[in-house]
Amino acid sequence: MNTTTDPAANTTTDPAVSTTTDPGGLRLDPGLAVHLLRLGDDALVLGQRLCQWITRAPSIEEDLALSNIALDLIGQARVLLTRAGGLDGTGRDEDALAYARTDREFTNALLTELPNGDFAATVARQLAYTHYAVAYYEALGGCPDPELAAFGQRAAKEVAFHRLHADTWTERLGLGTPESTRRMQRGLDLVWPYTAELFDEDDVVRALAAAGTIPSPAPLRPLWERSTTEVITRAGLTVPTPAWQARGGRTGLHTEEFASLVAELQSVNRQFPGGTW
Amino acid sequence: MSAAAPAGTETAGEDEMTARFEALVGAGEAVEPRDWMPDGYRRMVLRQLAQHAHSEIIGMQPEGAWLTRAPSLHRKSVLLAKVQDEAGHGLYLYSAAETLGVDRADLLDALHEGRQRASATFNHPALTWADTGTIAWLTDGAAVINQAPLCRTSYGPYARAMRRVCQEEAFHVRQGYDLMRALCEGTPAQKEMAQDAVNRWWLPAVALMFGPPDTEAGGADARTAAVGAAVSRRAMAWGIKRHTNDELRQRFVDSCVPQAERLGLSLPDPAIRWNEERGHHDFTPVDWDGYRRALGEDTHWARQRVAHRRAAHEDGAWVREAAAAHAARTPNTDGDDIPEARA
Amino acid sequence: MSGRQPEGAPASWEVFLRPRRGLAHQHMGSVRAHDPDTALLRARDLYTRRGDPLSLWVVRSDAVHTASPDEHDPYFANARHKPYRYPEQFAPLTTEKGPDGEHDD
Repeated sequence: MNTTTDPAANTTTDPAVSTTTDPGGLRLDPGLAVHLLRLGDDALVLGQRLCQWITRAPSIEEDLALSNIALDLIGQARVLLTRAGGLDGTGRDEDALAYARTDREFTNALLTELPNGDFAATVARQLAYTHYAVAYYEALGGCPDPELAAFGQRAAKEVAFHRLHADTWTERLGLGTPESTRRMQRGLDLVWPYTAELFDEDDVVRALAAAGTIPSPAPLRPLWERSTTEVITRAGLTVPTPAWQARGGRTGLHTEEFASLVAELQSVNRQFPGGTW
Repeated sequence: MSAAAPAGTETAGEDEMTARFEALVGAGEAVEPRDWMPDGYRRMVLRQLAQHAHSEIIGMQPEGAWLTRAPSLHRKSVLLAKVQDEAGHGLYLYSAAETLGVDRADLLDALHEGRQRASATFNHPALTWADTGTIAWLTDGAAVINQAPLCRTSYGPYARAMRRVCQEEAFHVRQGYDLMRALCEGTPAQKEMAQDAVNRWWLPAVALMFGPPDTEAGGADARTAAVGAAVSRRAMAWGIKRHTNDELRQRFVDSCVPQAERLGLSLPDPAIRWNEERGHHDFTPVDWDGYRRALGEDTHWARQRVAHRRAAHEDGAWVREAAAAHAARTPNTDGDDIPEARA
Repeated sequence: MSGRQPEGAPASWEVFLRPRRGLAHQHMGSVRAHDPDTALLRARDLYTRRGDPLSLWVVRSDAVHTASPDEHDPYFANARHKPYRYPEQFAPLTTEKGPDGEHDD
């Protein structure tokens, strides 16, 4: 954990452009903190959703597969949250960020919090997320910050395996039985309106990308469309063309189901004030 | 596999085969899948393997229920890794059981239909976060004591699976103890939660993880002890078991007492005290019949565990059917269309 | 390797893993899967949770042809009663080492 600084010190500057040094000599970058917190919340919330599958998966092998994926996601969230807490000047550690924020303070994309639904809906959510995350983390692997670049390279490899799992199941369900085909198509239709938010940019992201600190997500969208379309077509399914796109997670406006997800996540931690684990 | 019947059955009589088998086991050699083996041996190994595998799978539930509520991201990762290992251990053991000519699907059906059972230890609810630590420290601790000798059990595939299981299980006990230590060094409310969990899990660990008493010293009446001893003797002669239930139970109590002291937790048995003469801790003998009545199959949690497992299996049927249908329509991935030889 | 296969049940695959460089693939156990790609995914999830393994094979269990002593004794008779295949049956190359037990490697 880093030295705590007066939070007011950061509110006076525009987080989109400021890079300052706190009295302890650590580099502060509230803009980058916002961005990394979003990526970290994506991983944490998706990992939490996958935890809900364990002991309920279609086979014991899938319990194992989904818990492996969840484990990687929680690991990624820990790195990102730790870094975000160090950069925003509050000195919050990973658990302070995961357990002491309200649901309105979480900034994950809505896609990652969508309820699990049936196995097909989960696979569809995994398909959309993993194709985006591999592309983004690979790009992050080339960023100038060596620590962040190393993380991006490692995370890209982990998520590439999750993508293989999602591709494999999309194809098997798509080309399986009439029931599985119907469910897989419904899963894609359910999830697709929530995919655009992954590529959204606001002033914070634009400023960071312009400064070359992080890769810009928006230009990755055509690549994502090509690679998901390829898998969906191979699976004999139709790429959804939703008439609407949901947004809000990045600014703390979540689905109604999200409050109970966060309440469950934090319940034990909050039940024991001052507890150490 | 080739369909040819084991040649030995044609050339040697049953008695000669049995003698050869017992000599092999007596010499401490491993029995391998294609060896001739007495039917009783096959049944005993299979029964133990199946119950063991089922226990790993059912055992995922009490801890798995706390995955979403783990109070730190470190503990969440550790618990995920542990529950995942249990799924893995179940699969290692099903894979070993399949070498005896049964099908995994049949074993799972037997579990779902109540024809085979998991250890009754897991028919207890995990009521608090501290239960996850206590289960790992006490029931996994008991399992390690139970299972360490199984790494040398006579059936080769079982022994090999157990060597992998034991290596991984050591982490389970250590993290459980570590979790409990964090609670005991935390706030008074945290420590209270830890003690409450130990109060509820101690007896299930002592009694159920080791099976019924099989010696009079262990608390069995003469008849029960005789029956238990006979079963244990048979299992030991075949090298399936290496110790009596009561020997292992004693070893477990002896290992837990100092650990509980270090944690500052009390074990809920007033009879626990060091017996200089025996060089072991005394403890209250297990009232097996009473325990069995209270924790038979007709309790809420016994039914709940199997119902949870069955629901997951039934909900997933369409997924498994899809995988089968996909394989059937995709050339060269399944079924009989694999070419005899590929260039 | 199992006996009867229920209709539609996933096939059994034997899993071999090279645990590190310099070692041959070792038999680990089996997985159940309907196709080789899924078998590989499952073998990876089941048998590579620790360590840094290098390579995985999956082979359909029913593609493995076996010979074992109980069934095919003649297969294994070949190795017996031929002590002259072992180096310790012969005079050591160095005189320092005693004839009983210490051998050249």
